[in-house]
Amino acid sequence: MIKRKIFIKKLNNLNKDIEKRVREAKVLLLGCSAGGFGLVYDLVLGLPEDFPLPVIVIIHRSKKYRSSMEELLDSKSRISVKLAEDKEQIKKGFVYFAPPDYHLLLEPEGFFTLDTSEPVMYCRPSIDVTFQSVADVYQENVIALLFSGANADGADGLAYIQAKKGLVGVQNPEAAEVRTMPDAAIGRCQVDMILSNSEIFSFIGSIATVLNSVKDGKD
Amino acid sequence: MAELRNRNFLSSATADTVTFEQIDELVEWVKRIHGFDFSGYSRASLKRRVTRIMDLHNLTLFDLKSLLVNDYAFFEEFIIEITVNVTEMFRDPGFYRAVREKVLPYLASFQRIKVWNAGCSTGQELYSFAILLAKENLYKRSFLYGTDINTRVLDLAKKGIYDLKLMKHYSENYLESGASGSLSDFYTAQYDAASINHSLKKNTLFSVHNLVSDGVFNEFQLISCRNVLIYFNVELQQKVISLFYNSLCPFGFLCLGSKESLRDSELSRRFKVIDKAENIYQKIE
Ligand SMILES: C[S@@+](CC[C@H](N)C(=O)[O-])C[C@H]1O[C@@H](n2cnc3c(N)ncnc32)[C@H](O)[C@@H]1O
Repeated sequence: MIKRKIFIKKLNNLNKDIEKRVREAKVLLLGCSAGGFGLVYDLVLGLPEDFPLPVIVIIHRSKKYRSSMEELLDSKSRISVKLAEDKEQIKKGFVYFAPPDYHLLLEPEGFFTLDTSEPVMYCRPSIDVTFQSVADVYQENVIALLFSGANADGADGLAYIQAKKGLVGVQNPEAAEVRTMPDAAIGRCQVDMILSNSEIFSFIGSIATVLNSVKDGKD
Repeated sequence: MAELRNRNFLSSATADTVTFEQIDELVEWVKRIHGFDFSGYSRASLKRRVTRIMDLHNLTLFDLKSLLVNDYAFFEEFIIEITVNVTEMFRDPGFYRAVREKVLPYLASFQRIKVWNAGCSTGQELYSFAILLAKENLYKRSFLYGTDINTRVLDLAKKGIYDLKLMKHYSENYLESGASGSLSDFYTAQYDAASINHSLKKNTLFSVHNLVSDGVFNEFQLISCRNVLIYFNVELQQKVISLFYNSLCPFGFLCLGSKESLRDSELSRRFKVIDKAENIYQKIE
């Protein structure tokens, strides 16, 4: 079923094209639903304080039980983690979670807008909505990864980012607790990367290495 | 609208249809022709909504512009589609709990309680307030004004008839807000429609008011404007907050949405925070 196999074997040795696009990236987007929370949790926990890109996380969770994932993560991780606030300026050094029950949009001036419009595919926040909105602002300079989940949210978003020449990857459906979401994305577009769990960690690590070396090189 | 319309973004889902520059042009166009000024609105939201309209009617930007000039009915439709009208009864139950516990006891000390619900959409928020007031025996000396820019939602608000299916969710909200009794005490069900009791409609008035261009029209003991400011940029938000400030009586209350705050404006010092999490404020000077 899965024809593409652009696995990244050694991530200290990124494929040239991918490395070039990582170098130009301005934002990292992560999306997941059922079965992906643990992975996102561990990824954020592993981010260095000086991670070179702002990170936006869209997860589906019920507004009923106010989850405190971001508070917990903020106290445990080196990077700052928070719920995105309306009209807050996006900055690196922060991981922003979309608040439950709102769509998260990015304005061309680089600040967030929260939106109460209709759920999309029963989801609010919708991964598609945020991925599309962020791509409208950062164009090709977007890296987006989609993990485990029980519906097809995120697939259109990845395709949209890809149409703008952004870099898109999914968790290998074999490795995902619930494979519907990565499968849908693979069905909808030619994803650049299909990553095992450990490859996801090293890919994100390599983003830091690549971009921080660019920065060091300049100084 | 209240009825969740789950329209998919088919053609636009995977490809960009309009740029921010084109959105700005369109906003300028609408302002020149119809006098409606959307320049202070969230451009990210406008872009999404305009894309949706173009999809829905299968229009190019050129078509859209000519329709906006030539077809007034379409213009009305356009206004409806580019603003977000989604609403619920007792949305954010914690907010209504805070109003009941922290605001109503104080409101009870006013002889007349005039409430302004700005950006009321189809009326669910206003009727939620009406129910809160009725439960505390304050409705008789209250009057509630619901305003919006959108005439179609106002017509629905006046009718106060909602899809019965929605009532289940509203009832859950109602109970979660800690209210006693049941929401069904306040509506009658007929077939698949729930009609808000006439007694709750008596002291209400719905009318058009544009927060961008219209001014103070009365003095209020409480103003509730929820989930409207998020669609405005910071400058327009400040302008609207000063309109609210000028429309409140001394010690009147201002209620904003769960994700909307006064920020650090000049005016914020003239308000006392009544509930930080729920963004409820009281004018103190
Ligand atoms: C998301 S709804 C909020 C409904 C309700 N207050 C709630 O929180 O559930 C936003 C409403 O604001 C209205 N609106 C947008 N711009 C406005 C303006 N300039 N003046 C008055 N109302 C406006 C829209 O028509 C819409 O009905």
